[in-house]
Amino acid sequence: MEIPTPGLAFEQPIYELEARLQQLLRPENHRPGVEEEIRKLRRELAETMKHIYDHLSPWETVQVARHKDRPHSGDYLALVFDEFVELHGDRKFGDDRAVVCGFAKLDQRKVMVIGHEKGRTYKERTACYFGCAHPEGYRKALQKMRLAAKFDLPIICFIDTPGAYPGIGAEERGQAWAIAENMYEMSRLATPIICVIIGEGGSGGALGIGVGDRVAVLQHSWYSVISPEGCAGILWKSHEYAARAAGALRFTAKDLLDFGVIDTVLQEPLGGAHRDPHQMATRLKVYLVKTLRELSALDRTQLLQERYEKFRRMGVFLEDTAPTTADPTPT
Amino acid sequence: MKRQKRGVPEGLWQRCPGCQEIIFRKEAERRLGVCPECDYHFYVSARERIRQVLDEGTFEEWDMQLRPTDPLEFVDKKRYAERLVEEQARTGLTDAALTGTGMIRARRVAFGVTDSAFIMGSMGSVVGERLTRLIERSTAEQLPLIIISGSGGGARMHEGILSLMQMAKVSAALARFDSAGGLFISVLTNPTMGGVAASFAALGDFVFAEPRALIGFAGPRTIKATLRIELPKGFQTSEFLLEHGYIDRIVPRSKLKSEIARTIDYCGK
Repeated sequence: MEIPTPGLAFEQPIYELEARLQQLLRPENHRPGVEEEIRKLRRELAETMKHIYDHLSPWETVQVARHKDRPHSGDYLALVFDEFVELHGDRKFGDDRAVVCGFAKLDQRKVMVIGHEKGRTYKERTACYFGCAHPEGYRKALQKMRLAAKFDLPIICFIDTPGAYPGIGAEERGQAWAIAENMYEMSRLATPIICVIIGEGGSGGALGIGVGDRVAVLQHSWYSVISPEGCAGILWKSHEYAARAAGALRFTAKDLLDFGVIDTVLQEPLGGAHRDPHQMATRLKVYLVKTLRELSALDRTQLLQERYEKFRRMGVFLEDTAPTTADPTPT
Repeated sequence: MKRQKRGVPEGLWQRCPGCQEIIFRKEAERRLGVCPECDYHFYVSARERIRQVLDEGTFEEWDMQLRPTDPLEFVDKKRYAERLVEEQARTGLTDAALTGTGMIRARRVAFGVTDSAFIMGSMGSVVGERLTRLIERSTAEQLPLIIISGSGGGARMHEGILSLMQMAKVSAALARFDSAGGLFISVLTNPTMGGVAASFAALGDFVFAEPRALIGFAGPRTIKATLRIELPKGFQTSEFLLEHGYIDRIVPRSKLKSEIARTIDYCGK
């Protein structure tokens, strides 16, 4: 019997049904009535999958977002776009592999794509520090985004990082400064920007390429002020409380929508994007094409005004004892 | 600090966290909270900072009616709603930032300060909103903007993603202030970390730091745990960042007011 490895614990019922289905599908097991059995099993499998994925806990969502087969930026670059021309280097220090940048064609539209990359093989994964960018990664992104604004190309950002890299070199080269400057400049780059969280939206490392006119998330992604492990380590003094922290932080797609932090949740195929990257890519493409058309209709002044107001509204506090959200100031 | 030596009235002496010397509290206070032995810069509260930097009696507080709330219904070892009440009672502040206007050597400025005693000086919705309103008002009234950061906590975990978004909100307001030609002096004090360092604190036209402050993105413990190595001596201090090109000047507390005034003067504001 084939056992998919390494599986997710909560997907165990799915693996068992899949294994039984494999058994029945073998030619030597063919006997009268087997088709009916297979049909029933397939239906059961789909229902089990739906049940599990409709009721993912926040911690299980994190595990789906980190699934080893979950599509990364590189996969969407291949599946969504007709062409991708990679552009390297930040012109200051180096070429961070945790961020990929380049021209791409979305249908007929020319765009600039920026994306975190986690890598697939062990070699790739270590080369890009598991998707944790250094300052040169954020500076590369900004340099390419400035080019995009100069040459009137819309920008698409794919966010997928556990967080910005915590290391000696990263601090020496001004990680805080790099992230701050990206938000600062992205808020005023005069070209449409669409950000999509495709897996993990880890803190400032995500926000460093996360300021745009529209922000969408794939259904089973998370986007948070801190990783569940980081939060557990600080507030509960142990990483073992990560599942509890995941619940407390309210970072699933539904929460993000409720808090007005994102505009759209893109539904994933049954059982998560990793089960059908092609279908996920198709849905993503439809969203990007439609949104780009909407944003391109706005003149630049209006675009920048609306982008400013979008982030200006964020936050929940009390004022004169009535709960309010931040009001955009009249201009 | 709890056990006092017999015969020494509480509060007359204190131990310096920098050199461990016992020093006369009055003497440290006279030196604006700086150790007379080793020049260690002690924590000073937001109110005390206002007294030190602004001309006497000129501070007028803005947006004090804003109050934090608990949108996530966040519970760790304690409910966030309870934590807020306790922190407010303990510090006398409504949240970690005070904003307003005042004079520095007879020049009117917009002034903000974060207090690291209030939930590590972390930025949630109220801190983000107060600072954004401060920046917008200094844009409208063309005032020089001074923000003194003391925030070990970065973006406040208890308000989740809403805290993270304050980084974007404040940074966007600063970009508009910049486009309008505004002057922003950012002063980093011990400690300035995480989401505060990676937003408004880093975005000054001029970035000053007090001596030997801890400043950085990732906390030293996080880095140590991730890399499993010893960190170099002086890592993430003001002096380290000056050497790497991220800070304009290291300014001792006694000179802070005059250095700010001089910079405003040079920039013709």
